[in-house]
Amino acid sequence: MKTKKAFFLVPYLAWIILFVILPILLILWYSFTDSSHSFTLSNYVTFFKNGTFLKMMINSFWYAFLITLITLLISYPAAYFLTKMKNQQLWLLLIILPTWINLLLKAYAFIGILGNNGLVNKFLHLFGIGPVNILFTDFAFIFVATYIEIPFMILPIFNAIKEISPAVIQASEDLGASKWQTFRYVLWPLSRPGVESGVQAIFIPSLSLFMLTRLIGGNKVITLGTAIEEYFMTTMNWNMGATIGVVLIVLMILVMLLTNKKTKRKKVNL
Amino acid sequence: MDIIKLKHITKQYDDGFVALKNINLTIESGKFYSLLGPSGSGKSTILRIIAGFSQPSSGQVFFDGKDITDLDAAKRHINTVFQNYALFPHLNVFENVAFGLKIKKQPMDKIKPAVKEALHMVRLDGYANREISELSGGQQQRVAIARAIVNEPKVLLLDESLSALDKRLRKDMQFELRAIQKKLGITFIFVTHDQEEALSMSDEIFVLNDGMIQQSGSPVAIYDEPVNDFVARFIGDSNILSGRMIKDYEVEFANNKFKCADGGIKPNEKVEVVIRPEDLDIVAPEKGNIVVTAQTQLFLGDHFEIKAVDANENEWLIHSTNGVKLGERVGLFFDPEDIHVMRLNESQEDFDARIEKYEGDENEN
Repeated sequence: MKTKKAFFLVPYLAWIILFVILPILLILWYSFTDSSHSFTLSNYVTFFKNGTFLKMMINSFWYAFLITLITLLISYPAAYFLTKMKNQQLWLLLIILPTWINLLLKAYAFIGILGNNGLVNKFLHLFGIGPVNILFTDFAFIFVATYIEIPFMILPIFNAIKEISPAVIQASEDLGASKWQTFRYVLWPLSRPGVESGVQAIFIPSLSLFMLTRLIGGNKVITLGTAIEEYFMTTMNWNMGATIGVVLIVLMILVMLLTNKKTKRKKVNL
Repeated sequence: MDIIKLKHITKQYDDGFVALKNINLTIESGKFYSLLGPSGSGKSTILRIIAGFSQPSSGQVFFDGKDITDLDAAKRHINTVFQNYALFPHLNVFENVAFGLKIKKQPMDKIKPAVKEALHMVRLDGYANREISELSGGQQQRVAIARAIVNEPKVLLLDESLSALDKRLRKDMQFELRAIQKKLGITFIFVTHDQEEALSMSDEIFVLNDGMIQQSGSPVAIYDEPVNDFVARFIGDSNILSGRMIKDYEVEFANNKFKCADGGIKPNEKVEVVIRPEDLDIVAPEKGNIVVTAQTQLFLGDHFEIKAVDANENEWLIHSTNGVKLGERVGLFFDPEDIHVMRLNESQEDFDARIEKYEGDENEN
């Protein structure tokens, strides 16, 4: 019986070792060595001494934060009203549908829409405006990234809100709470697990977005993701690329720990 | 003093279903009321309209003489104990009970003693720091009551509040609810489908069916004098036989004429006769008013439930402390007071008027 169980674990363990643990060890090894494979800390020294990397890091954080915040602001009300709708499954399907299309395709579609000869500018032309340079701006980058991430925020929040019993909301109103107080003290805390997983699903990948920064942001937005791609693909300095990768992993772990933090309750003496 | 009045309340849902038809009722302050009926009878809808969670299609709700039909649930001096308690799972016992007071921005030094008092009232002293998930069903029930009464409402609504508890606990909570209501001196309106619960706790019961109030009155009045066969069947077990009024205080059923305690009904009018199974005594065949043959018998712990058939194929349900031999002929004895005569399609107003009239006659004689 025991050996049988162990047998079923083999594929899982092989997967974890080959595709999770080994790559991380490799990245760590690269980040602590130089091009002649000898141990060094110089990569980290460069990272934290050279202002450009720190700036990139802050940049990554800032854009990931903006994308997550805007996505949340749009998704929370959307998820809430979705739980009140008839034909919820159909609406959900419509929201999930775009995620089935390849990211690259969507990016190119937006180049077509936002470009100088694109749909938006043709529309603006009718009013005698433009052409306005929309593509390759911060705005375009955030707009497209938000569009792509919205389904990943709506789904967990929708599920969390759906699990809240309507009677609990009524109980809050029954006890004299206004709509805003009910949201603040009941709906929001009870739906927070959904918000947390939504934030994790968006903030962490947003830290390392590189395709969109290139195609939509036109390399005007430089994040740690773009930097890693640059080091691995263009300058072939794998050691520096790996160092940035390690920093990114540490940052992601920090974000996860922060969003999962449970607040301890104060005890009352009656 | 009247605290709540419903006037001509009708509720029709968007899909056309009529949940309530012209409900009129008056609730006095300081009493324990029950809304009793089978599921779908509209009892919970009445409660939701009083609480403010549901708007009537037409009609008015008065609270303390003021029209509150369009007032938000949050602004009514009414609190609810929900069916599945609806406690806030992210808050502990103290925070749950304190919720209403915190919403009203009361200072902490007022909230604490109030919460303590409320928890004491439901016998949960020392539970303030427990999580809701750590409590048993009965304890959660008590927290839900404490959370409501801490706001000092004038009326407390209880929506099938005991139905999730097991039988033993339910009995205990019945006593306790009644005691809490007496202590606080406020109005309780209790919704239930369990007639035993309603009979044991209430000062007054409204029996509902099909979105209409079938009968209202004290538990004893409703049990002893049901106005129609729905009430007779729904409240307790009963033997209902069709019969014919001979004259005042004499009725014919099961091919026999019997003396009874009812009057004010036209001679020869078709009526229904109700006899409660516990009012039937098993005696020797020659001493009985009616002779029956016992067919089945169930032992229910404190009594036997016997089904028997008379010579006219009428079924009789008998509750007896002693069993009988199956297939044996036995006599059933009952007093004239045990016979309750119901007129077909008599409304409660007509019923009350008739009772008043012939009881008045009796007093004169």
